[in-house]
Amino acid sequence: MTLEADKAKINLDSLVIRFAGDSGDGMQVTGDRFTAGSAILGNDVATFPNYPAEIRAPAGTIAGVSAFQVQIADHDIYTPGDFPTVLVAMNPAALKANIADLPPGGVVICNSDAFDQRSLEKAGYAANPLEDGSLDIYKLYGVPITSLTLEACKGIGAKPRDAERSKNFFALGLVSWLYDRPYQPTLDFIRMRYAKNSQVVEANTLAFNAGRYFGETAEVFESSYTVPASKLPPGEYTNITGNTALSWGLIAAARQASLPMFLGSYPITPASDILHELSKHKAFDVTTFQAEDEIAAVCSALGAAFGGAIGVTTTSGPGIDLKSETVGLAVSLELPLVIIDIQRGGPSTGLPTKTEQSDLLHVMFGRHGEAPVPIVAAATPAHCFEAATEAVRIALTYRTPVYLLSDGYLANGAEPFRIPAEAELPEIKVEFATKANKVLPDGREVFWPYLRDEKTLARPWALPGTKGLEHRIGGIEKADGSGNISYDPLNHELMVQVRQAKVEGISKDLPDLEVDDPDQANVLVMGWGSTYGTIVASVNNLRQSGYSIARAHLMYLNPFPRNLADVLSKYDKVLIPEMNSGQLAFLIRSKFLKNVTQLNKIQGVPFKTSEIEAALITMATESK
Amino acid sequence: MTTIEKLTRKDFMSDQEVRWCPGCGDYSILAAVQLLLPELNAEKHNTVFISGIGCAARFPYYMNTYGVHSIHGRAPAVASGLAITRPDLDVWVIGGDGDMLSIGGNHLIHALRRNINMVVVMFNNQIYGLTKGQYSPTSEVGKVTKSSPFGSADQPFNPISLAIGAEATFVARTHDMDRAHMQFVLKKAHEHKGASFVEIYQNCNVFNDGAFESITGKENRQDKLLILQDGEPILFGKDNAYGIAPDPSGGIRIVEVAKEGMEHVLVHDAKKKDPSLAFALSRLGISNEEPRPIGIFRDIEREDYGTSLLTQQQNVLQKQGKGALDKLFRSQSTWVVEE
Repeated sequence: MTLEADKAKINLDSLVIRFAGDSGDGMQVTGDRFTAGSAILGNDVATFPNYPAEIRAPAGTIAGVSAFQVQIADHDIYTPGDFPTVLVAMNPAALKANIADLPPGGVVICNSDAFDQRSLEKAGYAANPLEDGSLDIYKLYGVPITSLTLEACKGIGAKPRDAERSKNFFALGLVSWLYDRPYQPTLDFIRMRYAKNSQVVEANTLAFNAGRYFGETAEVFESSYTVPASKLPPGEYTNITGNTALSWGLIAAARQASLPMFLGSYPITPASDILHELSKHKAFDVTTFQAEDEIAAVCSALGAAFGGAIGVTTTSGPGIDLKSETVGLAVSLELPLVIIDIQRGGPSTGLPTKTEQSDLLHVMFGRHGEAPVPIVAAATPAHCFEAATEAVRIALTYRTPVYLLSDGYLANGAEPFRIPAEAELPEIKVEFATKANKVLPDGREVFWPYLRDEKTLARPWALPGTKGLEHRIGGIEKADGSGNISYDPLNHELMVQVRQAKVEGISKDLPDLEVDDPDQANVLVMGWGSTYGTIVASVNNLRQSGYSIARAHLMYLNPFPRNLADVLSKYDKVLIPEMNSGQLAFLIRSKFLKNVTQLNKIQGVPFKTSEIEAALITMATESK
Repeated sequence: MTTIEKLTRKDFMSDQEVRWCPGCGDYSILAAVQLLLPELNAEKHNTVFISGIGCAARFPYYMNTYGVHSIHGRAPAVASGLAITRPDLDVWVIGGDGDMLSIGGNHLIHALRRNINMVVVMFNNQIYGLTKGQYSPTSEVGKVTKSSPFGSADQPFNPISLAIGAEATFVARTHDMDRAHMQFVLKKAHEHKGASFVEIYQNCNVFNDGAFESITGKENRQDKLLILQDGEPILFGKDNAYGIAPDPSGGIRIVEVAKEGMEHVLVHDAKKKDPSLAFALSRLGISNEEPRPIGIFRDIEREDYGTSLLTQQQNVLQKQGKGALDKLFRSQSTWVVEE
């Protein structure tokens, strides 16, 4: 962080702020509003919400702490920041759970009212850290947020318990002043969000303004700070989470293909927001179906696909387990289907609200028999849009189920999304079968559901309702061409090979893997999925320090891009950072016989740039 | 002017060889359906049969219509997605008792309660046939099978009671020995808008031969089969000597008509909103002394799921107009970065 002293305001090039409080304290809303205010100013933003799995863990305990971290900057950023530079802690537990991440010199703003004997004990503090000098290495501000909020709301007749709920807006008002965020968007938001309850609107508005004024007048804070606008590529932007971007991508793809979309889904963290978002958009010919279970969710999507809709199902790891048999059926039926896996920590229930990349091998191999399925992975929250349109395009073009991988970090994280013009959206063309495609030796013209397109190996998609194309398909092995039940040994071998060849052939239709290598490095770092931001930031940092590092990121994990073997052969050393025990590394080794170096983190939180940098420095130094 | 060509059974027969065991009750059900569809003026291209796994689930392969032979238990779920998105189609779901009540029990009850527009036909033979003879969720307690050499300890489902409990709007039972009755029930099921559940007693002559003989056998029908007819008194036995009357306990009881008088005999009303009578009738015949009712237990009107969704969509379209991507992308606050 560099500071440009200014009489009134100090300019910061970036700021990482973490709001932490009890899970009922409204920290996610606070963080979200701060982010929105910054985005409007033209800052680049990246966010990392981190909340407990329990809806309301016992109040005041470490288990119940909910946090939201946002990085805002005047330049392109790729991560929500390794460490916060400012911590807002609404109670002792929030302070205790987060203070270790704050580097010395960081700013701590605490709600001093919450540091009573009982709360201190619940958080495991023997003495009050606001008073015992243990926070001396930080810039500490104790602000009686609760009592000031109550005081501000006194006039409106709200019960103290209700008025106290507005204290997150006091905190937001305070930091909005401190970091020079615009006030009006938040005031508008309060008015709209809580429109049903005028008292809540009033209390939140009063608390927010009281926070602002406190900053201005209390003279506790020596100066206020501002982060100037960043220089994103020209265009119109909106701030977007991964799950919203993914939903919009699906809608855009359906529109491009001129097909209705059917989402079969069962609620599961962290995927449910896609169901919520899509359920709003009936005007786009989107039907959402909250099924009785994960299996019905995917089965209904497949049934809709048989009828000519874009069938989509959304879930997380445990749901993928349950859907696997149906995905195998989709491989056999050769119908388009998009299965979206918002990965979270596993196994079993694992860490429902924490992020992980541990389902790659599951979606790659997790079906009985040999049932190849293409895999597309999103790299950033905004990139979820493009990943979704690609998944739909591949599914429709090749009549195949496609796995789309995102994760908890992308799903809830937000960043600016450049709004595409309609002309920039991919072209997605679908042709349904309309007439017989085979003449039998006796001269009869018939429809063969498994007579393939020579180029794509896709089979024809004949919709019920089309006269003369009546046909039956099922999970039993089918005769090549006619699609009739066949137990013929050689036919089965052929069909297994053809299904594999169809999926492998998709690579002809995929862009080459791009390598960012300005100075012919010996070391390549290659990632996939949500590690993108951290890897880019790490490589940029290292290049500034004089290291030569090449960088690539895989969006297509099955099939791989055609030039991947070439790319790998050019580098002595390849580092693959993954939030798992080495699943992409496993695939690369087995497919290309290339020994790669793994960097693995399985802690439910993203990599820090410092971790990737350290691994790359070791490799770069060794290879000199 | 277009002339509608009258279809026949042959039009609905596919070119695939039917491969059930000789003597299987499935043959008579297949024939009944193939003969019925022309009567219903069904069109081949607008008809879809969807099944799960089991002997019954091979059914779609033998119908010259659209069809999906899916996976075990999931046919109602696959069919739900199709029926919701394609209200123009006639969707039939075919399965056995193991497929529909065991592995697929969850999907069956949810499809019924949602009232998704389709006809669910469950062939009940009280045994697993395709896996060669294990007890099923409708096998009687004590049933000796390959997997229950000492007798099954499982309490069976009563499929009619289950369907009524699952809020089904159309619930009926028929059997494979009576084509006319099968066709009557299936015709009504097809006319019903929403989910129709039809249980067909079906003989598995290899693994559970004669399971329904004591009810549907020609010499037993008179005493043991009670044919429900809407608007008619509920009678059975030789010369309709017996009837069903309300019981002061809240249930129903069997009465001798001559003794108690016809005025005490209940008149069947499948359209009654209250499901109590239908449920009470579904319990008849659990003990061997009582007759087993066949026919339509329940046939009530409730908006089907697809129509409800369609109405919602039309309302949204009326209010918002057709969705526009550029508006969607600007539904949150935006900002412009200049060159």
